[in-house]
Order: sequence, then C-alpha cells, then structure tokens
Amino acid sequence: MERVTLADLNRRSVLFGTGALVLAFTLKPALAQTKSPGDETQNFQAVAQPAPELPGSLKTNPNLESWLRVEASGKATIFTGKAELGQGIKTALLQIAAEELKIPFERLSLVGPDTVLSPNEGYTAGSHSIQDSGTAIRHAAAQAREILLAEAGRRLSVPVEQLRAADGAITGPGGEKLGYGELVSDHLIEGRAQPTSKLTAPDQFVEMGKPRRRIDIPAKVTGGAAYIQDMRPDGMLHGRIVRPPSPGARLQAVDLSQAETMPGVVKVIRDGNFLAVIADKEWQAIKAMRALSAAAQWQETATLPDMADLPAVLMAMPADDGIVADKRGPVSAARSEEATFTRPYQIHGSIGPSCGLAQLVDGLTTVWTHTQGVYPDQKAIAQMLGVPIEKVRCIHVEGSGCYGHNGADDAGADAALLAQVVPGRPVRVQWMREQEHAWEPFSPGMVTKVRAGLDDKGNVVDWNYELWSNGHNSRPGTAGALLGAQHIAKAFPLDAQKLQITPEGNGDRNSNPLYAFPSRHVVWHFLADAPIRVSALRGLGAYMNVFSIENFMDDLASKAGADPVEYRLRHLDDQRARDVVERAARNFGWKAGQKAPEDHGFGFAFARYKNLAAYCAVAMEVKVEKETGRVRLIRATSAVDAGEVVNPDGVANQVQGGIIQAASWTLYEAATFDRTRITSVDWSTYPIMRFDALPQAVDVDIIPRPGTPFLGAGECGQGPGGAAVANAITNAIGRRIYDLPLTREKVRAAAQLRA
Amino acid sequence: MVALTVNGKTHQVDVDPDTPLLYVLRGELELNAAKYGCGLGQCGACTVLVDGEPVFSCVTPVLVLEGRKVTTVEGLGTLEAPGPLQQAFIEEQAAQCGYCIAGMMMRAQALLQRNAAATDEEIKAHMEPNLCRCGTHMRIMAAIKRAGKLMQTASAASTGRTG
Repeated sequence: MERVTLADLNRRSVLFGTGALVLAFTLKPALAQTKSPGDETQNFQAVAQPAPELPGSLKTNPNLESWLRVEASGKATIFTGKAELGQGIKTALLQIAAEELKIPFERLSLVGPDTVLSPNEGYTAGSHSIQDSGTAIRHAAAQAREILLAEAGRRLSVPVEQLRAADGAITGPGGEKLGYGELVSDHLIEGRAQPTSKLTAPDQFVEMGKPRRRIDIPAKVTGGAAYIQDMRPDGMLHGRIVRPPSPGARLQAVDLSQAETMPGVVKVIRDGNFLAVIADKEWQAIKAMRALSAAAQWQETATLPDMADLPAVLMAMPADDGIVADKRGPVSAARSEEATFTRPYQIHGSIGPSCGLAQLVDGLTTVWTHTQGVYPDQKAIAQMLGVPIEKVRCIHVEGSGCYGHNGADDAGADAALLAQVVPGRPVRVQWMREQEHAWEPFSPGMVTKVRAGLDDKGNVVDWNYELWSNGHNSRPGTAGALLGAQHIAKAFPLDAQKLQITPEGNGDRNSNPLYAFPSRHVVWHFLADAPIRVSALRGLGAYMNVFSIENFMDDLASKAGADPVEYRLRHLDDQRARDVVERAARNFGWKAGQKAPEDHGFGFAFARYKNLAAYCAVAMEVKVEKETGRVRLIRATSAVDAGEVVNPDGVANQVQGGIIQAASWTLYEAATFDRTRITSVDWSTYPIMRFDALPQAVDVDIIPRPGTPFLGAGECGQGPGGAAVANAITNAIGRRIYDLPLTREKVRAAAQLRA
Repeated sequence: MVALTVNGKTHQVDVDPDTPLLYVLRGELELNAAKYGCGLGQCGACTVLVDGEPVFSCVTPVLVLEGRKVTTVEGLGTLEAPGPLQQAFIEEQAAQCGYCIAGMMMRAQALLQRNAAATDEEIKAHMEPNLCRCGTHMRIMAAIKRAGKLMQTASAASTGRTG
C-alpha cells in the first residue's frame, strides 16, 4: 500500500502552492487527439471544468504537476484520481505513462486517489478510468517528455528534432545523453497543459497494447499488505457497528452496561439510532457488538414493498417520465410483438465486507477507505462531522472488489464517526457479512416493456420501449448518502433523486438499442421513491436493458424464422458493431440453422456499452438438466472492441469476469425481504455462481483499433453476458423466461411446460 | 495462552480460547493472507490448512488447534521466492480484486499436495466451497492446473536427484 511521509506531503504542498508556469513554447500539434466520448457523466458532475478544451480529466485538473512529477533520481511519480478496484488500472495507467514519457515502467510509481495528493476525478465508475485518467496521463506524460526534450536541446544547443527520448533519458546526435533526473529542476514540468500533444504513434508502442503483468498481484498472492483490511497502524482499535434490524427501525431503549464491562471494550457509543463498540482486539469488538445488539430494543416499521408483487408495485409507483429517444417515422407495421421483463433487487456482494479506518489528530480526521470517490466522500464526511472540508482527508486503499457503490463509503463514514470518540487512536471498522448483505445499497428492481412493429419479413420498423426503475446512483452527494449519517441523532436526510437523461444513461443506460430501427420511442418511468436503499451496480440499467432488448431480439428472430445472429446483423449499420458480432459468431462456430446437442442450447447477445464505450458480443453454450432445471455453462466466446487497448490481458480479465458475473446475476441472484426486514443476509440466502456451473472456456477476442480513442471496457460484458445465457437456455428448453433470475425452479417449470 | 504452530513456527498467543483462528492469524500474528469474508464458513476467503486439510479459519476456535499444524499462504513461499501456487497465480494473472485468492490457494494446495494431476472436474468439485465475486474462476482453474504441473515437475526433478 502507498505510504506517504510528512516530508512528501510538505514537498507536494509547496509544489501545489507555486504559481503556474506558463510554458514558453508551443507544443507540436498532436499526432492523434484521444478524445474519448462521454465526458459529461456522473464522474464530472461534481467537479468544475476550468479547461473544457483539454482531453480527459485534464479538463478538471489542467496542470501538468497534478498528474506527474519527475524526480531528480530519474524516477517519476504519477498521480491519479481513479481507484484500483481490482480492474487493473494501476498497471494500465503506468503503462500509458511509461509509453508517453519514454521511461522504463519500473521507474514509475503511482499515487492516489487521495484528497491531498491526487487530482479530483470524481468517481471511479462507468468504465471511465482509462478514458478519463488514462487520457489525461497520456497527454501530460507526452507534454512532459516534450518539455524534457526542449530542456535537453537548450542545454546541448542541439535542435530538438535531433534529440531522442527513450529509457528515461534524452540522447543527442553525437550520442550525448542526459537522464531525466539531470534535466528536471523544480518548476520545469508545471503549468497548464496544452490542448494537443505529440502522442506516440501506435506502431511505435513499446508498452501500450502489450500485455503486462499487474503490479498488485504479487502482494495479493503472497500475503503482502494489499488491502485496507491489512492496515495495522500503531494503537489501532477495532470498531463494530450494531445496525438496526430493519431499514425502518428506531432504537427504543438500550442497556450499554453489559457491553461496556466486557474485556477489551474501550467505548460503547449510542448516538440516535447509531450504536457501536470500540475494543482493543477484533474478536472482543465482535463479542461486544453481539452483546450490545442483544441489549437493544427497536421499534420496527414495515417499510418494504411486497416482494411477491414487485413488478406491479414498481409500475404503480408515481413516476416522472424521461424521454430517452423519440424518433418517430411513418410506420406501416404488418404486425407487432411485445414482451415484459422483470428483475429483482440484486446486491454487489463483495467477498470482503466493507471496511474503513479513521484517525482524528489535531482536528484533522484522516479516513482510509476503499471508496470509489475520495473527494465526494471527503465533502460528505465533513458535512456529517460538522467540520470544514479541509478537516477531513480521504485516502484510497484497496478493498475487496466493489462492482459499484457498495458499503465502502458508509464504512469510511462509520470509522470517521468512531474516530471522533477516541482522538488520536486509529479505529478500524469492519462490517459483518450480514451487514454488507442487508445494508449495502442494492441495484434496483426493474420492469421493462417492449413492443416492436414488424414488416412482412419480420424486421423491426417501429420500436417502443419503456422501463420502470429508481435512479441507479445515490452516491455522496451530501452526508445524507452515508448510512451512519442517516442513523445518528442529528440525522441527515437522503438526497432527493432527480430524473436526468444523459448520453451515458443511468437506469436508462443502453435502453436505446444500437440497432438501426427506423422509428423508435424509449421512455424511462423514473421512480423517485426508493422503498429500498439503491445505488450503482456495475453497468447500472445496462444489464437489464440489454437483457430485455437482446432476449426480445431473439424472440423476434425466432418469429421471423431467422437466425439470431443474421437477424441482428440485418438491423446493424455500425461497422464496428457488425465486426464484433461477426467475430464472436465465427469464433464460436455459429452457423445458421445449427442445432445444439440434446439438452444444450446456443445463445447470442450484443451491446455497445452505453452506446458509446466498448462493443461486446457474446456467444454462449449451456447445458440444461430438464428434470432439475439446473443450468451449466459450457463455453462462451466473446469479441470486444475497446478502441485503443492499453493492457490486453487486463481487458480480457475484465470481460471474462464480467461474463461470469453477469451469468451469476442471471441464474441465481435476488435480494429477498419481507415487509419489514431484508432476509437475504448471507451466501445461503443469496446464492451466487460456484465452480460447478463454470464453463470450460470463456474466450475474449479483442479487435485491435490502434490510434483510436480508448473505449471503456470494464463493464461491457455485463449486458451481453447475461442475455447470452438466457438466450442459450431458451434455445435449450424451447421457452423463454421473462422474470429474472432464471432459477432452477423456473427453468424446470418452463422445460416441463414445453415437454 | 494458547500454543499455535503456524507455517512451522510455534507462537504463544494470549487470546480468549474461543477466538476464531482467523483473528489470531490476522490480529496477533499479523499475517495478511487469510481474509474475513463471512464469519460463517460460507465463502472460503479465510481458508487455511490444518494438518494439511482445508478449514474455515473464521469458524475454528484456536483452542482446538493446539498441537496441530496451521499453514497459510505465507507458508507457501514469499514475494522473492514464490511457491508453485503463487508462481502459477502470478503467471496466469489469476486475480481481479484478489480478495478471495488466498483462500482459493489454500484450498487448492490441499488438493494438489494429494494429487498434483487433478482433472478439471476434480478441481471444480474440490473448489466448490470457495466463492469468487469478480468472476475470475476460469483463471483460478488455469492457475491451479499450472501449479499442479509445476509441482509435478519439481517432484520429478527431486526424485531424479535422490533416485
């Protein structure tokens, strides 16, 4: 884990305090302008854009010194506001920096996210890290290299054209060599970045586009200190929270005395509905938590919706309608088809429950957290504590994979609350499994309804799509987004969710198909009231919308007597989309008129994530045991176009994982609850994918697109991965199931209906 | 005081005897590899070996471990000299977040030391108790198979030398 000394901090503060040095020369025009689409996202909402003309996150942090520093030692430090969440970005960002700065990878180190040290890049979300941070680092590194070349030219009295940057040094025409460390002086690489950079041409790449082993994996497989859970600062205490038994519960009475007298207990805290213990050792904290929980009396209220009737409940809720697409042409449909799809609430289900660590020293609360957004959390935690924002510092440390907004921010806030009670002592708060399952923000339940007008060949001439969903983003925001802040006596209200239609989408993400339908209408019935706490899960609405569209496309293909792949291609104009569809089909051995072996099924699905990030097509084979309804994945073949790819193995790992994870969501996952309590509180009540259902192979074929913008790839497999499983099951049993998840019981019932 | 042998070293630890092994490993011995995942024996993130057999350290009180040998990922090798499983997980890049991986490795170790040539089906059946949420399963499978091969090679080499 990154350890930052006070000396580093001071140096950095001094660096930040110096006036920006305007570069005295103009950089050469860019070879390529890596302007990636979709900058107007949740990532940038909270961050001012002083330089909208600059690429990537340079828009929000335009100065070169925000991104990199070349040391006199010849090493360089790269600063990022994007967090390693297991997606491998630490490695990929350094690959980009090494490529453009022309420095060996090994001489680079990465710092951030940290509200003192790193640029504010909002959230690490939406497959944006390479697009935003990678683009900024690429340009900053390229511009720094040009500054170093210019400085070497000045010192050697040689025109820059005759100099070459490589391996962390500049070499002149006569072989004279100046290391970067010799060239840098205090303020050499500072000031506002230029809008264009002299970027390295893809055919010159030595680092980008090459598979590189991730720098974080060795520690993770040898017991190194790799996670926030592994931090043990001197004097650390262990905190545990006693959460209410249900979302609507109020604390009536509690006897603190038993917990207070237990061995090792340092403090027992009651603040409104917020109950916690602090102890010397972790097991002591857990035992005290249990005692405190048993001593608490709660008044519970039934606030949860009727799970058995969830689709009707959602469709009956008051809704604001947002028009996602409205392009109506003259339509002469011969006939029409329609379908309704439903999905339950689902959870992130990190294997490691959330953890936070905080320490109050001289009025400054430092919070170590595996949040996706250190800056938003800094603001929300400061508000919760009632202190100025500069009295809170948030530092990212890796946690278990989060897949979106899980309990990370809340655990950080919990730790910050506990740290106030024991000034000077670091307090580590580890959530229990049942707390993570019950209290993390869920991914919302959804209903989608699609109606297609068809011509006499069965092709779509008119497309109507509606979705009912809460917003999929309740991140901080204000203190009200933090669970602890909702429970303390001076409770903060939740931020009201508002309907917003953006190019990237939210609940409506990917609700507008990429297919070239001549007439279309897409509407999001936005549900402002959230009876269950919800927020962002990997892909937001994209998973359910792609699931619905791609299942329905298969229905339509079947009605038209067409092969599912050929039917999709009929409706696809976008060449890059066609390429991934054709590639996945070819690699799979897909043939029109094919018949899967007995009890097997073939399924296909496609989407371009957000309609503006990576393209992904998945072909899947499954085996269904009709007597039991049990589904096993046999093999999956995917093709991906992620634009310029930095670390191909990283993209492959993400897409493979995404397909497996989406298969788990599709086959098994539903949060459960009665009208008062969440009842899916562990892995037996919320089952996920296990080894026995695994395929033999999940292939990822990355279509190279050198010289094109980065297209976020981390979430592109979620939609197609899930839909391909469903289409394969349908192919195997001859009936479609419209209600997620496709559990054993539902598959068995559907298979028997067919029989 | 409980006497606990971990990775070949015996420690006297001053904890309540009902303390699960996991908290002793992490809290008292400052070993990072075994992870808290559920505290219920449902996910396998805390898996370690006790006398060569995989156990959930989160639900195993230390008092039953006196005189028994505990092995954690730290006992498989080091950053500088990784053991076969560690080497294989690095070579296969078999991690995303990596939080489940130490538990996966220990369960795999139990299988491979018995049968380094385990088949796909044997590996899947053996790994069934352990959960991964990132969907890294395919690479975990590949890494276990690779480690098995590394172990077979090492064992053949040492047999060759001694025989």
